[in-house]
Amino acid sequence: MAKFGSALFNRLVIVIPYAWLLFFFLIPFFIVIRISLSETAVAMPPYLPVFDLASGFGGFIDNIKQFSIDNYIWLTEDALYTKAYASSLWIAGVSTFLTLLIAYPVAYGMAQAPSTIRPTLLMLVILPFWTSFLIRVYAWIAILKPEGLLNQLLLTLGVIDQPLIILNTNWAIYIGIVYSYLPFMVLPIYSSLEKMDHSLTEAAQDLGCTPIRAFWRVTFPLSLPGVVAGCMLVFIPAVGEFVIPDLLGGSETLMIGKTLWNEFNANRDWPVSAAVATILLLILVVPIMFFQHAQSKADAEGR
Amino acid sequence: MQRWSRFNIASIVIGFAFLYLPIVLLVVFSFNESKLVTVWAGFSTKWYVQLFHNQALLDAAWVTIRVGLISATIATVLGTMAALAMTRYTRFRGRMLFSGMIYAPLVMPEVITGLSMLLLFVAIGFDRGFWTLTLAHITFTMCFVAVVVQSRLLSFDRSIEEAAMDLGATPVATFLQVTLPVIAPAVFSGWVLAFTLSLDDLVISSFTSGPGATTLPMRIYSQVRLGVTPEINAVCTILIGIVAIGVLIASVVSRRREIQRVKDEQAAFAH
Repeated sequence: MAKFGSALFNRLVIVIPYAWLLFFFLIPFFIVIRISLSETAVAMPPYLPVFDLASGFGGFIDNIKQFSIDNYIWLTEDALYTKAYASSLWIAGVSTFLTLLIAYPVAYGMAQAPSTIRPTLLMLVILPFWTSFLIRVYAWIAILKPEGLLNQLLLTLGVIDQPLIILNTNWAIYIGIVYSYLPFMVLPIYSSLEKMDHSLTEAAQDLGCTPIRAFWRVTFPLSLPGVVAGCMLVFIPAVGEFVIPDLLGGSETLMIGKTLWNEFNANRDWPVSAAVATILLLILVVPIMFFQHAQSKADAEGR
Repeated sequence: MQRWSRFNIASIVIGFAFLYLPIVLLVVFSFNESKLVTVWAGFSTKWYVQLFHNQALLDAAWVTIRVGLISATIATVLGTMAALAMTRYTRFRGRMLFSGMIYAPLVMPEVITGLSMLLLFVAIGFDRGFWTLTLAHITFTMCFVAVVVQSRLLSFDRSIEEAAMDLGATPVATFLQVTLPVIAPAVFSGWVLAFTLSLDDLVISSFTSGPGATTLPMRIYSQVRLGVTPEINAVCTILIGIVAIGVLIASVVSRRREIQRVKDEQAAFAH
């Protein structure tokens, strides 16, 4: 009995979450791909052909015959979409780089801090992550507005005599992404720097390296796994970001997450938004697999 | 050698100022007398009073809390199972796919997850509303729980589990009496994380929710689009307050448990 119970327990622990993720995470992607091959229709759901289990296998074959790649051809013909993909990748890339520039010194400083205050610093980095993403993006509107707090400050200090136009430009999006994703970059870099053996940098310096050279030749290469993990954690979600470009960006800012949202909610064109999502997924599949590989490797080392 | 240099301190201070200043300003301006969120006109709590007369907002808050409680609880159960599967059974068929499905949702753009889940619900003819919202939240939060619990399980000393099994405990009993008490803090912080992620989500909710199931972030978002008002600052301040109190309680609890654990271990070794 105990043996039967244990086999069942072992199996259930795997099967239940596995089945859940298959049904609610993986299968939906195939539905997305399938609907991206459908035609738009004025109906509910607004696409053709619809799934119909009653029509059986013959109906299924008929359905497949109706599939078309028109939506994808449409995506390549309309420059809007290509531009949106390109500018999403560009904005996500620039933001990831800027996040790295800010996060690295913070993570480095934290790793060098006395070990008594490190847990507190770590806590302070994680804390903003627990507060609403939407709220944190919203907070920047009041700061970046032409009559906002940043311009008021700079005008009072006499740094500028005309208010800077930041809100509704790409700069606002960069600031929003860097701000929202900063903890995701700091944490992995910190954890790889913290594990580092400091005698290595000391050895490099003893052998005549300047501190800066020692940093670039010893410390930075050793922190690369953290840097890579951090960049993936920022870059991948940033490419498909919707809230930040919608609230902080301008009308001329093209980002694919926003395009998809509008295609779906405003134009109600489900097949085209499914095609947009499929292409986005194809673009991101390589970085996602790279990320997963790096994570599994890190887990294997931790084991 | 002095490691904690002035440069290190400066970069930490600047980094933290950048992280916290916007939130502080948001809280400060929720107490502003004026309707403008950029000009200070005196202290007032009128926006908070007004909030409690905004029925739509209160309804949305209630929906959000219910979805959060239900989805975080189920996600914690599923996520803990997934973490066990990942750490205890290093080999089973389709493990690569399984770990892929755990890690991918962590970075997947929300528009894709939201759209794909909506299309699933439409395809199976499930009317959009409270329950589709809850199912979607369970799915994306369980992966975060799995990662949190997994990191605890990896540093877990498996010999105690093996000892329990050798002494005749069934895997279920071993899990409930040995493993769970040890990983409880991680499971708890996984729950809190799932709850706050659910509370916070806008994009996936907007896709998967239906009439009558508007969440607080969806309500806030539609108001923000119309303009920035101190009333929203007040809502945000309350939310930040709740999260801050929750995190404070969680950290006190986990610190107490940690101290207790160290004491227990010392007592055990003393014998």
